[in-house]
Amino acid sequence: MIVASLLLHGLGLALLPFLLPGVINRVKAWWGGRRGAPFLQPLWDTSRLLGKQPVYSVTTTAVFRLAPLVVLATTLVASLLAPMLPGGGLLPFANDFVAFAYVLGLGRMFLTLAALDTGSPFEGMGAAREATFSVFAEPALFLVLGTLALGSGHGTFAELMRPHGWQALLVTPLCALGLFLLLQIECARLPIDDPTTHLELTMIHEVLILDHSGADLAMMQYAASLKLTLYAGVLAALVNPIRVDDQPLLSALVSLVLMLTIAVIVGLFESLLARLRMRWIPQFAMAVAVVGFVALLLATTQPELG
Amino acid sequence: MPASPYLLAAALVPQTHAEFVHALRERLQDGARALTYFGEKLADGTVELTALLQDATGLSVLRGHAPADAQVPALTVQFPQLHIFEREIHEQTGLAMPGHPWLKPVRSPVAPMGSYPFFQMEGKEVHEVAVGPIHAGVIEPGHFRFMCLGEQVHHLEIQLGFQHRGIEELVVQRPLAHAVTLVETIAGDTSVGHTWAFCRALEALAGVEVPVEVEIVRGIALELERVAMHLTGLSGIATDIGFLQGGTTWGRLRTTLINLSMQLCGSRFGRGWLRPGGVRFGVHSEDAQRLPTVLGQFQRDMNTITALFQTSLSVAGRLHEVGTVTADQAKELGLVGMAARASGLDLDMRIALPGAAFERLPVALSKQLTGDCWARAGLRIDEIARSIAWIQRALAVPGIDQVPLQPLGALPPDALAIGICEGWRGETIHALQTDGQGKLRHFKAQDPSLRNWFGLAHALRGNEISDFPICNKSFDLSYCGNDL
Repeated sequence: MIVASLLLHGLGLALLPFLLPGVINRVKAWWGGRRGAPFLQPLWDTSRLLGKQPVYSVTTTAVFRLAPLVVLATTLVASLLAPMLPGGGLLPFANDFVAFAYVLGLGRMFLTLAALDTGSPFEGMGAAREATFSVFAEPALFLVLGTLALGSGHGTFAELMRPHGWQALLVTPLCALGLFLLLQIECARLPIDDPTTHLELTMIHEVLILDHSGADLAMMQYAASLKLTLYAGVLAALVNPIRVDDQPLLSALVSLVLMLTIAVIVGLFESLLARLRMRWIPQFAMAVAVVGFVALLLATTQPELG
Repeated sequence: MPASPYLLAAALVPQTHAEFVHALRERLQDGARALTYFGEKLADGTVELTALLQDATGLSVLRGHAPADAQVPALTVQFPQLHIFEREIHEQTGLAMPGHPWLKPVRSPVAPMGSYPFFQMEGKEVHEVAVGPIHAGVIEPGHFRFMCLGEQVHHLEIQLGFQHRGIEELVVQRPLAHAVTLVETIAGDTSVGHTWAFCRALEALAGVEVPVEVEIVRGIALELERVAMHLTGLSGIATDIGFLQGGTTWGRLRTTLINLSMQLCGSRFGRGWLRPGGVRFGVHSEDAQRLPTVLGQFQRDMNTITALFQTSLSVAGRLHEVGTVTADQAKELGLVGMAARASGLDLDMRIALPGAAFERLPVALSKQLTGDCWARAGLRIDEIARSIAWIQRALAVPGIDQVPLQPLGALPPDALAIGICEGWRGETIHALQTDGQGKLRHFKAQDPSLRNWFGLAHALRGNEISDFPICNKSFDLSYCGNDL
């Protein structure tokens, strides 16, 4: 069982972070009237980047070189905690979802430090935006995860995904909505950020990795895609109707289909909406927090109602 | 003077510079608008000043002479619309203009970047962001310096001149018959607009009256260029706000339009179509029959994507109240063309000075009132529909297939001719001055961008720095048209 889980996890890490962005791009291409790039184009891009030698600005220090490794490592560790395909995290412990959030936070810290290290005004602005918006996104994340923890008893991340009782009917959709909106913030997708823009002044995530090149850039991009995969995986696990204990293989398969569906939905948002004004992003994050708070109220008032 | 988009003034008697400045001030006070104001350094060191004014009675010219060491008081403080002209005169002739608040170079090719006097702001939280002259993406070079407090821009300073080619001098040096190919490249996206203004000036000088059919063909060229460039602008705005369908659909529709130009004259950008004395290609009757169908299909697709764009709440939320220039500001700064009309000014040379083509087939004024990015996008959409309708009517005019090119006669001595054309960005103005032998002595080209760049800087004040790209795209100004 452990070996099977590990194999499945490894396969997921090797494939999904390339496939999901590929699906998003293909959906956007269709709406734009184009045929679009192959689904695994991000994989070919990564292998091309790995063959290139990184270029380092003379103003940067060791922080800049260390950051891609830290960002990659923290995201990989987070992937061990997140209940992805196998249905449960590979390293479960009590309240591990807190570790999940802050391990990713450590990666974000190094991402912004490396950006500041370049001395570029664009990257400084990007770092300020990333830090500011995460201040608004973090309470929202914990309101959503905390609500799930309340509903399922304080347990591991995987147990969070199995809210029981009738309140799950109300709480689960709200938390799923909250998680999806958080995915848009945390993974720099429209309407928050435009991953395809070339306009430095409007970028949030893309500007932070503007000076990275070669294998460093490949690591940064892979880590960002992996983060998207993790959020999609958590969301899929939450709405997956098949319990992993009952039918592990079928559950993993359903999760996979759900993750691809989430990628399609992300692609639809990117095809049909314009980007939000930068000033409104904190409001967007606070709206997510309100969603989480309503879910929390429902979850806590349930015993009295029942 | 009737409403002709050109003017010929032979043997102007220059005033002294004191009289000139006095007259200019009086005329502007009486509500006249300066279309252009430029200087030429004559062989004896005297600076010849020329101002073209427009008021209710039409166009008129003021001419003055200032000795090289004269102090010609600047009028910019009283009439900010002159600011860029006085900077340019100072740069091109070396004339002292005391009282100008900011004689910064317009396109000086000599001073290195580091020695330009940029504005400075003091404060602990003030930060500067410098962008360019090399940009991400295939666009022209220009340097933008933002003085910001957090995300908010207090002032944007724009430094251009990286594309200065010395076009005005080159046109004078070249044989007159070859000058027009240079004129077509003053701003590659306004080839027709610039060439028509040049043709009007040269034809006025040479005493050639082109028939209305030729003017109609030129109008078709101009309106095709307008529609194509407005589509480029709309596609760019949509792409910059992440509205995918607008970006791709308008981009595709633009190809349809420039391919029409290609079929009519052999160039997608209308190059080689207009020539002094006429046009090189008329519109064949089979094209005149086929084009209405193509344009009808175009307008159908256009309506679909426009409806999507204008009813999308996310688009409206992104473009409303961003980069606002009020009508008063636009008037004071001397904005022209599309930017002025988006702010509610009635400023369209096709209406004020229609010429034969737009007298025969008048075009209605397109105007928006809010002066923000939404207005500048909406104005493009309105103008596209009106231009397409105009082209449809123009194609039905008989006699546009056979349009012979007329030879130009000798040019009169000591004459000034000015040609004006409302290109897609705004009024394009060309001035030609001959010497005592009837040879071209001075050429002045003015792209509307020269006056509108400061409008962009103004539009961004108090906005967020992340709004700059859509403000920039909504103005869509020419770098090389400014740099000459």
